[in-house]
Amino acid sequence: MTAHNASDLPRISDRLAKNALRNVSERIIEAILFAAAAVSVLTTIGIVYVLVSESIHFFAQVSIVDFLTDTQWTPLFDDAHFGIMVLVSGTLVSSFVALAVAIPMGTIIAIYLSEFANPKVREIAKPVLELLGGIPTIVFGYFALLIVTPVLQKIFPELPGFSLLSAGLVMGIMIVPYVASLSEDAMRAVPMSLREGAFAMGSTRLYTALHVVVPAAFSGLAASYILGISRAVGETMILAVAAGMQPNLTWNPMEPAATITSYIVQVALGDLPHGSIGYQTIFAAGLTLLLITLCFNILGQWLRRKFRENY
Amino acid sequence: MQPLTTEQIRAVIARGKAKDAIFQAVGILCLAIGLLVIFLLVGDMVIRGAARLNLDFFTQFASRRAAQAGILSAWVGSLLVMLVTACAAVPLGVAAGLYLEEYAKRNLVTEIIEINITNLAAVPSIVYGLLALGIFVYAFGFGQSILTAGLTLALLILPIVIVATREAIRAIPGMIREGSMAVGATRWQTCRYHIIPYAMPGILTGVIIGLARAIGETAPIITIGALTFIAFLPPLPFTETTEGSAGLFEWLMSPFTVMPIQIFNWTSRPDPAFEVNAAAAGFVLMAMVLTMNGLAIWLRYRMRKNIKW
Amino acid sequence: MQIHDKPALKAEARSFNFFYGEVQALKNINMPIYDKKVTALIGPSGCGKSTYLRSFNRMHDLYPGNRYEGEIRFHPDNTNLLSPEVDPIEVRMRVGMVFQKPNPFPKTIYENVAYGLRVRGERNKRVLDDKVEHALKGAAIWGEVKDRLQDLAPNLSGGQQQRLCIARALATDPELLLFDEPTSALDPIATGAIEELVHELKKRVTILIVTHNMQQAARVSDYTAYMYLGEMIEFGKTDEIFIKPQDKRTEDYITGRHG
Repeated sequence: MTAHNASDLPRISDRLAKNALRNVSERIIEAILFAAAAVSVLTTIGIVYVLVSESIHFFAQVSIVDFLTDTQWTPLFDDAHFGIMVLVSGTLVSSFVALAVAIPMGTIIAIYLSEFANPKVREIAKPVLELLGGIPTIVFGYFALLIVTPVLQKIFPELPGFSLLSAGLVMGIMIVPYVASLSEDAMRAVPMSLREGAFAMGSTRLYTALHVVVPAAFSGLAASYILGISRAVGETMILAVAAGMQPNLTWNPMEPAATITSYIVQVALGDLPHGSIGYQTIFAAGLTLLLITLCFNILGQWLRRKFRENY
Repeated sequence: MQPLTTEQIRAVIARGKAKDAIFQAVGILCLAIGLLVIFLLVGDMVIRGAARLNLDFFTQFASRRAAQAGILSAWVGSLLVMLVTACAAVPLGVAAGLYLEEYAKRNLVTEIIEINITNLAAVPSIVYGLLALGIFVYAFGFGQSILTAGLTLALLILPIVIVATREAIRAIPGMIREGSMAVGATRWQTCRYHIIPYAMPGILTGVIIGLARAIGETAPIITIGALTFIAFLPPLPFTETTEGSAGLFEWLMSPFTVMPIQIFNWTSRPDPAFEVNAAAAGFVLMAMVLTMNGLAIWLRYRMRKNIKW
Repeated sequence: MQIHDKPALKAEARSFNFFYGEVQALKNINMPIYDKKVTALIGPSGCGKSTYLRSFNRMHDLYPGNRYEGEIRFHPDNTNLLSPEVDPIEVRMRVGMVFQKPNPFPKTIYENVAYGLRVRGERNKRVLDDKVEHALKGAAIWGEVKDRLQDLAPNLSGGQQQRLCIARALATDPELLLFDEPTSALDPIATGAIEELVHELKKRVTILIVTHNMQQAARVSDYTAYMYLGEMIEFGKTDEIFIKPQDKRTEDYITGRHG
């Protein structure tokens, strides 16, 4: 038996050095990955920074009271008015029309797919709905302007070529897949034992769906509605194409009107110098939009916590 | 109170079943409306745009004369912007998803990142346009370039890629990690050789869905001020331009247009001749988006069939 | 004396077979269920006792691919519960069921108990109040919940939830009550309460109970059926089955040599 030549084996210190090196590279990799995750936080900070800093310049020239109470929005005229309610009204009316379509339709489709349809129909219908949700909004805008508006004009002859109604209806169709898909997920997560309990009492499918499954999935349904609202409030191109872009303080969906989003598009289409008041208005409008969607998100999270699934 | 007689019970059941049937009919009707919209859209665009749907349409630049206008600069622009978006969003999204699933400790910072990603997904796309206008266009001085557009859309789809990555990673059972760690692999080696490859189909699905969303986005790109008349292509690397030889990355800083912008431009013109172009371009864009989404759905379907842990 | 000893029939399975798709889960079951008695179904896991129980209210109709063969006759009207002409909903209105895990609906305690009445179209508030109180008393939970009828049912403890589910089933005066291992998710004290309740209930309603706990079967039931691999091995009075089983397999199971 011969002794190994000691120099053939790696010395302890060598191995430790290798370990140390490996630890360092693991640390570096972790730091890189963390940096990537932090980009999302930076994005949020960037959004808030840009909107707030430009809005500060804006509010240095326009008082917040005027901004909230003025009934005209004419930022580019010599007699400039900055009443955001004009744009908010367009946003709210079009969103209301959209949700009046999307929430009932989406919920009905979700109940149908989750409680009535056989699995094969569901396997096909869900991806097709997702395709509908994936259609670019500019194409929906085209659809609203060139197909839906002429049809609506046959029903309401006085309807103008641009209207909140037409844009809102198409927006509603666009949002249906989001509401349907999320609601269906929530209802399918309701345990089968609850349904069996209801069926064992002699309920029909619809009765079970409405009185047991829907209440049990309520927080998920609420979340899907909130997402639908966010989509409607933030939707841009359908409105820019089909609702007209003139500011109009109205609560009538039959009229054309600008929304917060379509106003931003309109300004961006022009050639406003960086730093002018007109340029700053779009950031003030964007901040308003972000705050509105934020409110709905907070409401959604609150609803979710309050009605956490207790099955 | 008397218990119900058999007849009464049968009447109650009959009423309930009638309601079931009515609801079922309404449900099918609602689904059919969704389907009908897709058919109407595609059908209308094909019929209206048929006259322009030929090879010339793809090889000609935009023009003031509707019959000669094409989408060359638009589809090239869309592809280049998507290239930038993918190059930025995929590594960032996968790395972020990997960090959150495999590295992050349960602490405040992680929670902030997670809440933040959820909220970003609900931010309207036009707000990303404002972000890009303030940061990329002016603060960084990228101007109305392909780079600005690509990065903007990358930020927009980042939450989609991160969520898809996390879901794909979460579907990998813990024993795979333990198996790898047990033979002495480091955390990164486990990720590099096991987690990322196994999660790849799921990540790919998310990336495709994200890109399909990005390629149809119009609002943020208009917001950065990119609605201009573009009748040229970005410079190829190492070619001669009026300003001298183009470098490898010169095209990144080039002005551009993309498909949805071109459609918006054509729909907003008063001359109805341009509606034909809008329809034809809309059909091309729809075909791109539906193909990408279809691919993603197919991938997901295959994945569900093949993977059995 | 022998004749007086035999109680009336409530239901009877006759050459009953059941299939999950191609797989036969129950084989040629013949068995009587006596009126106002407790009948226990025992046997090792997977022997088909729950499958059998769930045939009595046609729960298998909820899922595609299931098939019944043979009959379950229901008395006094001698209806075949399994007949395709018989509406499963009608069957379920006559036969109540209590599940393995308590499954109260995400509604108030009151609405849970009133559920079956509302399904039957009852809207009269006084009738509902009356029936709810009566059912809760019948399920021995009235005292605990009478001051909180508007609380959400899922906030009750497990044992209370299960008694609430029993009240829910009782509110509609079922002719037959099915219990599918009703205590397997409960602690011993709650289990005791449920067993006592079953004993009390048989004055009003016929009971069929699945249990994997032989002591429980011995404690609560008048009749016991031992099932094994989808077959009915032995049926008889509980005392007789437990004291001198006729079949070797029953004996092995009861003495703990199996399962």
